[in-house]
Amino acid sequence: MRLFSTYLIGLIFGVGISISGMINPAKVLNFFDIAGTWDPSLIFVMGGALVTTFVGYKLVFGRQAPVFETTFSVPASRTIDAKLIGGSAVFGIGWGIAGFCPGGALPALGTGRWEVFAFTAALIAGIFLARFIQSNSDARRAPAA
Amino acid sequence: MVETAFTPWASLAGGVLIGIAATLLMLTIGRVMGATGVLAGLVQPASGQEFAWRAALLAGMVTGPVVVWLVSGEMPAVEVPVSTLALVLGGVIVGVGVTYGSGCTSGHGVCGMARLSPRSIAATITFMITTGLTVYLIRHVIGG
Repeated sequence: MRLFSTYLIGLIFGVGISISGMINPAKVLNFFDIAGTWDPSLIFVMGGALVTTFVGYKLVFGRQAPVFETTFSVPASRTIDAKLIGGSAVFGIGWGIAGFCPGGALPALGTGRWEVFAFTAALIAGIFLARFIQSNSDARRAPAA
Repeated sequence: MVETAFTPWASLAGGVLIGIAATLLMLTIGRVMGATGVLAGLVQPASGQEFAWRAALLAGMVTGPVVVWLVSGEMPAVEVPVSTLALVLGGVIVGVGVTYGSGCTSGHGVCGMARLSPRSIAATITFMITTGLTVYLIRHVIGG
């Protein structure tokens, strides 16, 4: 029941990404290309998603706990550091080069297009690469006793 | 460059569905709807339970375009106006960035912003600027 409801939520997300146009890299890149073939559609995606989630979260956080869990797992950190800003800046560069972001690419896998699988494989490689660099620099900072 | 049609209503409806999904995920299992977290937790899960909900969510996401295809008779358009090299290079860079930045458009841009998280607001402003600059550089400075 719990996993099936999570599946349905993923489906709602996937349909939303599909009909919104976020699934289409050409549309995403055109949103950022104000000086060229500009397509402002994604403002409506972001606006619709943000307002809905804002109101939805307000209602949900009125509860003591989620339906299937005892606590809400929400990131507690409020620190804006170089890692957050640097990482986000790098993410934007990659997004601008490829046109896919993770939230667009995962549902897009369902179209069966090879380009999406190529992007997603590279995305996973990048996640592992960053973890490898992170664990190496952590090991240097705190050498094993 | 591929021209795309301005689709305010479809995009707004899609955005509302994304928001409904984010709200329902928080309501049911108390989790943030972030594609980065879903994928990162799948390729290296902390436990079996951490894997299961992400796998179910991903299975649903992937079914999304298929359901749209079954209902409308048309698979949602995926037009890739970049080279394979750009796709792969961009993919690796996105993977590194979202790992260091702890999230992407869905996690920071929708869920974090909706919670008015200062970290997510700062992250979203940052990646919107660098994405815009990158597209401008590629299309109008290098490619122009």
